[in-house]
Amino acid sequence: MMLDMIPDVILDLAWIVIKIVAIILPMTVAVAYFTYAERRVIGFMQVRMGPNRVGILGFKLWGLAQPFADVFKLLMKEIILPDNSNKFLFLLAPMLAIAPAFAAWAVIPFNDFLVLADINAGLLYILAMTSLGVYGVIIAGWASNSKYAFLGAMRSAAQIVSYEIAMGFALIGVLVLSGTLNLSGIVQAQSGGIFDWFWLPLLPLFVIYFVSGVAETNRAPFDVAEGESEIVAGFHVEYSGAAFAVFFLAEYANMILISVLTALLFLGGWLSPFQGVPMLGDTFLGSGSIFWLFAKSSIFMFLFLWLRATFPRYRYDQIMRLGWKVFLPITIVWVMVAALMAVLGIVVKGG
Amino acid sequence: MNTVVRYLKSLLLLELFQGLGVTMRHFFKPKFTIRYPEEKTPKSNRFRGLHALRRYPNGEERCIACKLCEAVCPALAITIDSTQRDDGSRRTTRYDIDLFKCIYCGYCEESCPVDSIVLTDLLEFHMEERLERVVSKQQLLAIGDRYESQIAANREQDAAYR
Repeated sequence: MMLDMIPDVILDLAWIVIKIVAIILPMTVAVAYFTYAERRVIGFMQVRMGPNRVGILGFKLWGLAQPFADVFKLLMKEIILPDNSNKFLFLLAPMLAIAPAFAAWAVIPFNDFLVLADINAGLLYILAMTSLGVYGVIIAGWASNSKYAFLGAMRSAAQIVSYEIAMGFALIGVLVLSGTLNLSGIVQAQSGGIFDWFWLPLLPLFVIYFVSGVAETNRAPFDVAEGESEIVAGFHVEYSGAAFAVFFLAEYANMILISVLTALLFLGGWLSPFQGVPMLGDTFLGSGSIFWLFAKSSIFMFLFLWLRATFPRYRYDQIMRLGWKVFLPITIVWVMVAALMAVLGIVVKGG
Repeated sequence: MNTVVRYLKSLLLLELFQGLGVTMRHFFKPKFTIRYPEEKTPKSNRFRGLHALRRYPNGEERCIACKLCEAVCPALAITIDSTQRDDGSRRTTRYDIDLFKCIYCGYCEESCPVDSIVLTDLLEFHMEERLERVVSKQQLLAIGDRYESQIAANREQDAAYR
């Protein structure tokens, strides 16, 4: 009765909003626990415990309440506006950083029907959204009116633009083999089994894509944009409280996004590695599901932390050399190899 | 040829994987961390912590107000007033230690001819008001009474080296 009175447009809108919330909310919780996992994993790799105290109601729970304590602390702190900053841009920058990080999730297919916007140019949209994140960094660095923030922003801008190219070429390899820009289509093109996924024919691109993703998100060993030993904290040196929390959220959301994308593009997304195996083919393990996507992405999320715990920061000229002189030639060559493989029928899409 | 091998090695990321292997091995190692309030590191019997004034076994306080500790204290943390007691012996009326000034050097304990002022091995104390930093004679004696067995045991262990 009541529903009939509401126009369809509003119902559709409400349904979209519900779907957005259904993606954003678990994402935010995932980000919170990703920060906890980071501190724990890096702690373990440095032969110490990491946060293991903060719990609920007297139960320590291995420190599982730590991220909430951190979030509430940050939200209750004052947002300091530097005197000579551009106030409007200063507050706009965190939003510009977080919006694309969340927006990119719209086209991510979680399984063959769970996708918010199943658009044809999904991959292009992803590329556009991940590139937009750099504006948040640049504007934050500029609006802060601090030399450290400015240096960090400059570094980050040059780095992200450079690695964008290698990343784009790696994606072209995927395009050549799958023949579609639609992310669901790309995953479908990999169906068959673990050796039909694109990681095998596109192994160099797979590695380059993930490494460029690490560089794109300004994570160690490519975190010169923050470079706490040289430029204090880089572009977010003047940010505090909730504004800083938003930058933090954006960085981790981007990391999770890159992990999910790598799983989708090169490891067959939600497809099961046991697909086609006689005994397992019909069981839960054999059928593709959202859990396989989670499992595959968490490998890369762990890799993010593992890399950070292992490698020292790149020098700036080395980052540029790696991006332009190593990744770019390799990707161009391998795109051609991929094209040859597609033409000669060595890799047939859809197994 | 060597160049080719070098290029191959760097392209296969061999050294990077070695590095990742090192961190992964450490990931599974037992951790060094001491979970402090539950676990504690062993303390030396010479540990210099909170001060205490001791008594003789018959309950008489040891301190004879010679003021050697007050004189030797490099931080001027000790303040002593003294008077003659009814039985003719000299005793302190005031023995204050400013814990903020104190540098826990242990000179007061070394200078004391009657082993009255000592540094216990207590390190877990705190104060919530500024004035609480000055501990009075009564408080110091109380600390001494409470931890006498521990203080005596530590002195006993170290006796041969004093």
